[in-house]
Amino acid sequence: MAKADYTADEMMTVAAARLLRDRQVCFVGIGLPSAAANLARLTHAPNIVLIYESGTIGTRPDVLPLSIGDGILADTADAVVSVPEMFRYWLQSGRIDVGFLGAAQVDKYGNINTTVIGDYRKPKVRLPGAGGAPEIATAARDILVIIRHSPRAFVEKVDFITSVGLLDATTDRRALGIHGNGPAAIITDLGILKPDPKTRELTLASIYPGVAVEQVRDATGWPLGVVEGLPVTQPPQSEELRALRDLNERSKRANERAVA
Amino acid sequence: MAELVSLKQAVSELIRDGDTVAMEGFTHLIPSAAGHEVVRQRKTDLTLIRMTPDLIYDQLIGMGCARKLVFSWGGNPGVGSLYRLRDAVENGWPRPLEIEEHSHAGMANAYAAGASNIPFAVLRGYQGTDLPKYNPSIKFINCPFTGEKLAAVPAIRPDVAVIHAQKADRRGNVLMWGIVGVQKEAVLAARRSIVTVEEIVDDLAAPPNAVVLPAWVISAVCEVPRGAHPSYAHGYYGRDNSFYKDWDAISRTREGFLEWMNRHVLGTRDFAEFRQSALG
Repeated sequence: MAKADYTADEMMTVAAARLLRDRQVCFVGIGLPSAAANLARLTHAPNIVLIYESGTIGTRPDVLPLSIGDGILADTADAVVSVPEMFRYWLQSGRIDVGFLGAAQVDKYGNINTTVIGDYRKPKVRLPGAGGAPEIATAARDILVIIRHSPRAFVEKVDFITSVGLLDATTDRRALGIHGNGPAAIITDLGILKPDPKTRELTLASIYPGVAVEQVRDATGWPLGVVEGLPVTQPPQSEELRALRDLNERSKRANERAVA
Repeated sequence: MAELVSLKQAVSELIRDGDTVAMEGFTHLIPSAAGHEVVRQRKTDLTLIRMTPDLIYDQLIGMGCARKLVFSWGGNPGVGSLYRLRDAVENGWPRPLEIEEHSHAGMANAYAAGASNIPFAVLRGYQGTDLPKYNPSIKFINCPFTGEKLAAVPAIRPDVAVIHAQKADRRGNVLMWGIVGVQKEAVLAARRSIVTVEEIVDDLAAPPNAVVLPAWVISAVCEVPRGAHPSYAHGYYGRDNSFYKDWDAISRTREGFLEWMNRHVLGTRDFAEFRQSALG
């Protein structure tokens, strides 16, 4: 096979962006989710409404913010609200179509850990914690998660459930008073995983060009199921790649000492 | 009623050892200068409350000022870890740090409850997460009207709230804009409050509905230009994203961190001198 003219991260970001639709209301996490959501806005979804937990609604940054509250998010927003208002009136109210999250660890039921590796009281690694994610994961209608694939990241059972996915094989989200549907897709640098409708287990639903199923299985900490007739994801198109690389280049320049 | 005083005087008179202190500012308007002053005055045994500990609390924790941290997201935004926070939690250095951990929604609601003078906040939150297993102050209640199961968290009532804002007038009324976070709630929830500002002006010229904290809910206003650096003040200066990246290296080892803090914070008299020393 010819060597691809794009990186695995570029494929991942493009694949994630394609899952967003124009005019959706998307609550965006910082980092990989923010890159994918803005790529969608700059390509096929110009009217997508991007909301960041810092209080910025309908924001259109022309460079990717380093933090969740960079000034450019406020400058380009339709409205800027306080943080209590953001979580009460805009998230808890059920106005969000898609919650777009990153993660440190995800398990086979799509539960997310961003809190600790190891025991909570005696952690091997203390991670940043919850932020807005627990309530995004329950209040948004659907959840997308973007995370690079590795056996450390894709585990049978997360050490700590920071943000709930589909819980386990039997517990019903509705029984816990959760309104949202939970994870619709997990986008990685190898392919896209979706919950099996019967078992709820994350299953390989699409694979990127040049990636072998065994490679994905090796990077997954549970016996990974694969959908029948596994589709191969369309590689990044030239306009998608151009938009993403321009965005990354602009962002890199802007985030080098840019203090007035 | 707000007094216009130096930051040194405000910290000395209003923050006591053992206090519960909330220094807020959601990425924007973080009261960094006030944090440094707390370090200089060697305040200790503080319970620090802040949604995003950020560099300001990484410094206070690393310098041993805190006995407890109440927070909801403890990373270096866009960069990675807060190494001093991690070292305190993972290894108890320089002293053990008790943590009380929430989600953003939980803390934002708890501040609003504090500002509203009710004992707890109610929200649709924490469902299915492990946080309530480790944080006994997250509980669940049933709605008395519908029976729906909802989360409850106690109101945040700090001894002192510390925030940074763009402007104050000479009477001590404070105006802020841009990403305003939970600062208004933090001040209204607290017994005492310190507000540092970019500048003191004759007239705020605030339009109706602007975020204005009237002088009579504030204890002290201190003029500290660029006092939010490396965070930012909308309309004055941008976020110093490079400094956030630099902090990763400065704070990674205990020795490197202490050398930097001794030289630039303990070795300077105020924020203007600090800026000269650390940033050139």
